[in-house]
Amino acid sequence: MTTTWYIVLSAVLFAVGAGGVLIRRSPLVILLCLELMLNAGNLALVAFSRAHGNAEGQVFALIVMVVAACEVVVGLGLIVAVFRRRLPLNVDDLRELRG
Amino acid sequence: MSPTIWAWLVLAFPLAGCLVNAFGWRVLPGKTAGWIGAVAIGLAFVCAIVALIALQDHTASDRTFTSSLWTYAAAAGLDIKLGIYVDPLSVFMILVVSGVSTLIHLYSVAYLESDRGYARYFSYLNFFVFSMLLLVLAGNFVLLIVGWAFVGFASYALISFWYRRNTATTAGMKAFVINVIGDVGLVLATFFIFRDLGTFDYGAVFSAAQQQFHTNQGVVIAICLLLLVGAFAKSAQLPLHTWLPDAMEGPTPVSALIHAATMVTAGVYLIARTHVLFELAPTAADISAFIGLGTLIFAATCALAVTDLKRIIAYSTISQIGYMVVGVSIGAYGAGLFHLMTHAFFKALLFMAAGSVISAMAGTQNIDRMGGLRRALPFTSVLMIVGALALAAFPLTSGFFSKDEILVFASTRGGMYWIFTIGGYVGALLTGFYAFRIIFRVFWGEPVPEARELEQGHLAHAPPENPLTGEEEDTDIGFPGAEHHIAERDWEMGWAMAILGFLALFGGFVQIPGVDNVVENFLAPSFANSVFANIIPSTGSAYLGLLVGAIISIVGLSAAYWVYVLRPGTSAALIRRVGPVHTFLVNKWYFDELYDAVVYRPLIATGWFANNVFERVVVQGIVTAAVDLVRGVGVMVRGAQSGFVRAYALLLIGGFAALGLYFLIASQ
Repeated sequence: MTTTWYIVLSAVLFAVGAGGVLIRRSPLVILLCLELMLNAGNLALVAFSRAHGNAEGQVFALIVMVVAACEVVVGLGLIVAVFRRRLPLNVDDLRELRG
Repeated sequence: MSPTIWAWLVLAFPLAGCLVNAFGWRVLPGKTAGWIGAVAIGLAFVCAIVALIALQDHTASDRTFTSSLWTYAAAAGLDIKLGIYVDPLSVFMILVVSGVSTLIHLYSVAYLESDRGYARYFSYLNFFVFSMLLLVLAGNFVLLIVGWAFVGFASYALISFWYRRNTATTAGMKAFVINVIGDVGLVLATFFIFRDLGTFDYGAVFSAAQQQFHTNQGVVIAICLLLLVGAFAKSAQLPLHTWLPDAMEGPTPVSALIHAATMVTAGVYLIARTHVLFELAPTAADISAFIGLGTLIFAATCALAVTDLKRIIAYSTISQIGYMVVGVSIGAYGAGLFHLMTHAFFKALLFMAAGSVISAMAGTQNIDRMGGLRRALPFTSVLMIVGALALAAFPLTSGFFSKDEILVFASTRGGMYWIFTIGGYVGALLTGFYAFRIIFRVFWGEPVPEARELEQGHLAHAPPENPLTGEEEDTDIGFPGAEHHIAERDWEMGWAMAILGFLALFGGFVQIPGVDNVVENFLAPSFANSVFANIIPSTGSAYLGLLVGAIISIVGLSAAYWVYVLRPGTSAALIRRVGPVHTFLVNKWYFDELYDAVVYRPLIATGWFANNVFERVVVQGIVTAAVDLVRGVGVMVRGAQSGFVRAYALLLIGGFAALGLYFLIASQ
């Protein structure tokens, strides 16, 4: 059994996530797509780890999960804050920080 | 009790007086601040006497004590303690400083009574006395520098005491700048001492210097010359003397205390204190002696022509310090310090009397506008004549014994040191003349209107003005007070002057050749290891010197009497005949103009160039170019920051994809 299919699945998931980030305007969905991209990466890490018989990849996957959790906390917090101030939940309208 | 405890108390009282006056000025009524200041210094004087008695309990060879309160700085190879050094020399100095200061504080209590800055004045004055005592009691070079800088500040603060007077603040700055030049010399000398001897403590430095340096070694000459820079700036010797005449802008008691009796003699004390180093560097000592000789003659000639009463006395101070510098530089330590003591008496007295005269003239200081004040100011005139007699070394006055002792020592040392004897007598002739020029111009002749008014019991009050420029002033804080005070009416001033007058007349009797030798015997332990200790002028030569001195003094005095009293037109005729010389002297040998051309103008021109050319063109050019560059780049990249998060994401993903593709292709 080769890792090829796992890597293909990972690439497809990553592409879906990246496409979602690029296309969708709702911050909530963008956050979900980011999560998808991170987990695509995790899948690749675990697959390679398994193929090489090396546990380091698994450890990396765990760390990525922790980072993802943190990122979700911050992201969701921002979204709630934006919602409370009754601003449009649309990343194209939230463009105060332009040059 | 050990002498050091009393020495610490000597330091504590003036500091306490300074702090009480500084923080209590708002609540101290009337003359309280003045009395607090005077009593604090008086107590310091009492402690100095007790320290003297405590010192006498010990045998002559065992009269050096050190004591330290705490360690100032400690590091590898460095150990500086807040320590004092009590030996006959420092006890002698604290006695002179605190004694004369007590009388001058007493005088000031009345003299500045109506000044709005009364408590501030006494706070400064007490601070000065504290600093001066710290300077003379310091046990190492670091603390010496602290005291040295403190007295410089006190002098600055008191010269500029009337801070709304432009001439006073400029004079203060001038004094401060020149004093800082001296401080730099002293600090550099200390660096050299520490580099080569590894310690700052007096005792250790002097014993190590005698072992490590050989005579006239380069570094010890350098140390001595740098010490001389400090000493000459503080003691107003050539070429750093120009600040002292201007320092007369301060209140008259300040001139008496700081710029005549005490602070300006710090240089003499420094040379005496470091005499071990100077004896290892005879070249530096000779340079010092020649500068002293040059200064004493130069300043005496200026005093012949200047017409500002206080400035005449200031030049005479510079001249007399020249004698002391000659004395301590050629090895006549006891004689030099004896002259320091008698000079403190008669010069403080002259300034006090001058203060009384200036008050009677409602602030005028120009002797051209004075005359005939003898009957209006009987007490002041007697005391001023006493001071002038002592200054002119009139037989049996204090200056007579002290000045001649220096000159006799020079002749006993022989060789080229005869120059100092001869030069000193030339200076003495000029001294006799200018001392009595003051007396005859001010007190003899036709009474001026102010004198006539005062004879009728009315003290003239002119509208307040700057005596130098004639600018109008008021009498609020920052300017002199409204009332004028003369010694005839205020007992504090009268008593201070009477005591100093007594000392100026009879202070010399402590050291009559062949009879007694109090000052030198007392100081002997401090100079016991001096190579000049065995040069003792014989009694015969001392009396011959006194005889020559007496004749010269009387000749100078008589010449003044002849010029100013017997033939009143003579001085005007002389000025006409030797016009250029007179102009040269009136302009004080053009030293101020020289410094103006050599230092001040080039600096101002450099400043102008830096501001108008360098700053405007070069600096601003570079700064503007840098700003424009940053701004231009900003304009170019600003478009990328659109605020569209998805555009950033596209850039990121596209970028990584492109990179990935590139590496994929490159790895083929």
